[in-house]
Amino acid sequence: MPRAGENHIPIAGNTKVEEHGAKGEGRRAAAAAAAAIRSMEGWDRGTKSVVGEIPLLSTRAGPRDGDAWRQRLKEEYRALISYTSVNKSKDNDWFRISAANPEGTRWEGTCWYVHNLRRYEFPLQFDIPVAYPQVAPEIELPTLDGKTHKMYRGGKICLTVHFKPLWAKNCPRFGIAHALCLGLAPWLAAEVPILVDSGMVKHKDDEGAPAEAAAASGSAAAS
Amino acid sequence: MEEELRALLRDLDALKQSADPTAIDRMRERVAGMVSPAAAAAAAVGAARSKIKDMSAEVVDSNPYSRLMALQRMGIVDNYERIRDYSVAIVGIGGVGSVAAEMLTRCGIGRLLLYDYDTVELANMNRLFFRPDQVGMTKTDAAVQTLSGINPDVVLESYSLNITTVKGFETFLGSLKAKSAHGCNTGVDLVLSCVDNYEARMVVNQACNELGQTWMESGVSEDAVSGHIQLLVPGETACFACAPPLVVASGVDERTLKREGVCAASLPTTMGVVAGLLIQNALKYLLKFGQVSPYLGYNSLKDYFPTMEMKPNPQCSNPACVQRQKEYMQSKPARDAAAKAKMEAEASAADECPVHVDNEWNISVLDDSDTATSSILSTAADSLPEGLVRELPTADSYQEPIAPVTSGAIDDDLEELQRQLDALNSS
Repeated sequence: MPRAGENHIPIAGNTKVEEHGAKGEGRRAAAAAAAAIRSMEGWDRGTKSVVGEIPLLSTRAGPRDGDAWRQRLKEEYRALISYTSVNKSKDNDWFRISAANPEGTRWEGTCWYVHNLRRYEFPLQFDIPVAYPQVAPEIELPTLDGKTHKMYRGGKICLTVHFKPLWAKNCPRFGIAHALCLGLAPWLAAEVPILVDSGMVKHKDDEGAPAEAAAASGSAAAS
Repeated sequence: MEEELRALLRDLDALKQSADPTAIDRMRERVAGMVSPAAAAAAAVGAARSKIKDMSAEVVDSNPYSRLMALQRMGIVDNYERIRDYSVAIVGIGGVGSVAAEMLTRCGIGRLLLYDYDTVELANMNRLFFRPDQVGMTKTDAAVQTLSGINPDVVLESYSLNITTVKGFETFLGSLKAKSAHGCNTGVDLVLSCVDNYEARMVVNQACNELGQTWMESGVSEDAVSGHIQLLVPGETACFACAPPLVVASGVDERTLKREGVCAASLPTTMGVVAGLLIQNALKYLLKFGQVSPYLGYNSLKDYFPTMEMKPNPQCSNPACVQRQKEYMQSKPARDAAAKAKMEAEASAADECPVHVDNEWNISVLDDSDTATSSILSTAADSLPEGLVRELPTADSYQEPIAPVTSGAIDDDLEELQRQLDALNSS
């Protein structure tokens, strides 16, 4: 499927944007957080305040960078732990994610969305790309592959417009937690209602699932 | 053919019922008429040529290389047959990559490495190269099928993998470094990026920066009416990460750049033009003729072809790029000496035969090359022509990236953090 990657403009060497001035680490971190929120023009206040509570990352390292990657991985975990805790405290728990290999380059889990008081759950997976964190992870919902055109091959959700520019502006401060909060969550909120109302996605109770599964999902939706 | 046979069957059934004696003769004529086209079709299937050991310049209808070897006699290329020593890797076998691969195959390139993880779909049929009967095959296998039929002399290697994953990247790097099966050349001579997304371009950029491998990038815009090609020599020209993406550099709202919806437009024409520009540049680079373009844009709406050069960013975020830049700077004296020697050789060659013997009007050409080049060299680095200003301020000094101060902040080890997340997950 054709994709555009052409948002790249050539500029002579000496035009890199660097943050000058902020001397203290605390001031720098605060400035970074403020910049991250500022770059989110057009987002709702709730999402903005949640993003403000996810710790920003600082190590610019990808999966091939050895010890620096281990450091980055720690920061990823810290951000994910805070984000999950914040969600739970606000009764807005909506995903489970864990590393699927010891190197932390593949992540798997589930995410769910409640529509008309019914919970729709989807397996969730992605690889950390080689050029991470300059390149955002491509989040996949394999069970929805082919059911919506807001997706690339293999069930990769479309992040091109609403998330990739935000990620690029905040590199390397955003991590997996931010990708879930600002990439996957809005996608689910926009697409799941359409998929359900158009009949592309059926609730598992309506597919003749075993009784215990239906009961389990009922209790999960109530909790 | 199938249609005709069905008609024949129908008529035979009709013949069984009727008692017309001339009908049998007519039927015989028809069948006889069908025999010769069928024989010709069978012959065409079997006509795939065998391998040719040496490229011949002989002008005969049966020589697939006669028109290419004629480039030598036309004085364009010194030694065309050298093309057989070259290996080219093409990443992305889509609208541009597949056509590029066919062009190089028909030119008789020595070895082609093809990378793609996708399969052929009916939605690809508005572009060139792939056929509807190849739907469902991986793009690399379908390409090998077609290309090996066109020119069996080309060594084709197909890699059906996603280079952006860690595992795919290792295979990609390994294959770029590996020796060709029968040749003595190590690695590849040129990498062509024909991918359709930023992620994959960054991966090709990373691999080529690490290997110091010259590559060419190509792209067609989402609205299918413009495109570009770009030469990237690690350390010498800007790498793909040297300039920040437009949304980062300018702060422009991305909604002004994108239209709603995921599906991008594409035209066989624009893709064919860009593939042609890319392979023309690649041939010029490999066979050393003409000028290799550092960047060539194509705007089809106005038929505008801008060109420009880009210097590498000394503060590039890609460490491999910065390392290559350092090496390039260190090799400057050697390059200067080589360039000077070449200039002198050319100058002495020029001295031997004056262009004009008589000079009736006493016209003399003033040598301004020294002053012009030195002034360009000194000004291009830090000042701009009158009336132009830089949009962004110059950084006075390179700011070292801040060392991660968080080693104290995150005192837990990885396992402890994993346990904490697992505990949250299970609660």
